[in-house]
Amino acid sequence: MPLLKKPVRLSLWQRRGTKAVIHIMAIGYLAWLFLAGLSDKLGPDPVEVLINETGTWAIHFLLLTLSLSPMAKNLPSAEPMQFRRLIGVYTFVYALAHLLTYIAFELQFDMALVASEIISRPYIVVGMTALLLLFILTATSFKTLQRKMGRNWQRLHNTIYIILPLALLHFSWSQKTFWQEPVWYWLLGLLIMSPRIKKWANKVRANRSGSA
Amino acid sequence: MAKPFKPSVHLKDNDVTDESVYVNRRTLLKSLGFVGASTLLAKSAGAAGWFWEDDVDAPKSELKPQLKPLKFTQPSQFQINETRTPEDKVTTYNNFYEFGTGKDDPAKNATEFQTNSWTLKVDGLVKKPFVLDYESLTSRFPLEERIYRLRCVEAWSMVVPWIGFELAALIKQAEPLMSAKYVAFETLYDPEQMPGQRSRFVGGGIEYPYVEGLRLDEAMHPLTLMSVGLYGKTLPAQNGAPIRLVVPWKYGFKSIKSIVRIRLTDKQPPTTWNRLASNEYGFYANVNPQVAHPRWSQASERRITTGGLLARNRIDTQMFNGYQEVAPLYSGMDLSRYY
Repeated sequence: MPLLKKPVRLSLWQRRGTKAVIHIMAIGYLAWLFLAGLSDKLGPDPVEVLINETGTWAIHFLLLTLSLSPMAKNLPSAEPMQFRRLIGVYTFVYALAHLLTYIAFELQFDMALVASEIISRPYIVVGMTALLLLFILTATSFKTLQRKMGRNWQRLHNTIYIILPLALLHFSWSQKTFWQEPVWYWLLGLLIMSPRIKKWANKVRANRSGSA
Repeated sequence: MAKPFKPSVHLKDNDVTDESVYVNRRTLLKSLGFVGASTLLAKSAGAAGWFWEDDVDAPKSELKPQLKPLKFTQPSQFQINETRTPEDKVTTYNNFYEFGTGKDDPAKNATEFQTNSWTLKVDGLVKKPFVLDYESLTSRFPLEERIYRLRCVEAWSMVVPWIGFELAALIKQAEPLMSAKYVAFETLYDPEQMPGQRSRFVGGGIEYPYVEGLRLDEAMHPLTLMSVGLYGKTLPAQNGAPIRLVVPWKYGFKSIKSIVRIRLTDKQPPTTWNRLASNEYGFYANVNPQVAHPRWSQASERRITTGGLLARNRIDTQMFNGYQEVAPLYSGMDLSRYY
């Protein structure tokens, strides 16, 4: 039974307003973090707070991006899809801020150290891979490019499904023990991905019975 | 004639909601919601306290055990000329997983930690085992202030004015037997008071009680301190009240907090972080810029003092954290193997 007679639609101005609010909150929080850090108002070690906050919020945005399409399928409205690209781009912005904080404030531009740490520490290699993939997705997120690339665009952007486990692995691996915050994020990620995983499993099963 | 009323739903006695649950239904629902949401928001709350925090979390000052001023001397050789880490940073940036894995968790979760019925037992391979009660922790041995560098295995460091006495004095009083080769330390195990010991989600899933160990000659070294205070007063709970170890030439995790037992042994005792990940944390854990942690370099460190993000506080890490006088303890040892 349909919940509503007509799907819910936002007017142009409601949509623009929602986007403006997302922009203000995402940029605002990032700016506040840096300003508070500069004036030593981020606790005993501002660098640690800044690295943690940019990293965990990049993952929050990533999880939100991935939950919009299941949300749109289950709500009597396709509107959540209107905000997916915007939130996806902020995933990259926060992840980039995370890396820059690490280079500028944690390692403090000791470039020899930066190079050796990025190359030789497996959890940083994993995080860098996720960031590079996010960069490619962000660089190809323009509407015109999407049209030009056709089906390849969707194929390329499916790498978001690889970025999620890479980002979570980087998070888990950066902790001193396993039983910490990242455990909750793995569970949430699994929950958000469960409809897709079910679909993929069905596809594999159908292919197998088809070829038999 | 009217039909007799027949209820469509039959409820028995055991279907009735327990009165206490009914009375507290709103509180129950609320706490369920808060538990779910707070696990994800916990980290953000730390950084953006102004945004999430409400009055419920305000420090309950009347429950806070009062820190007592201590009497101590200030031997000049330990008054080093380095900028001290401010007291509020020393007491709000702690690794003490018994009270949570976040750096700010111990200061928040240890406010009601009770230590006044404390006992510290010294036993094992000794002639005269003994027990120190709470009062004698600060009165049995003359106290002195020592300003030590503290180097964490996570590559940050502080400068802390500890107050305490040499571990050697304590051990001598017990008269160790010839067979004693090592000293084993144990933190309090009290899940009622230490939430990290109740839940692996709070305590990071390490094995409790926390245990540490030293070789007897390391324990007897004059730099090795039993600390009962910092910045002139007794230790705050989050810094390891009422008594903790401080071994300034080793990574911070060796300096075990809130000790209830010191035992002399003839075998190398197990140590908590070594048991958890022996490839990352050795028994010795001497500060050594040449031996990297498998996941990060130990060649330099960030010194936490004052100044915000722009403070250029990354400095080179020194061998034995600059305490070269301990080098003879390890002559002939391959320190990249015995890390």
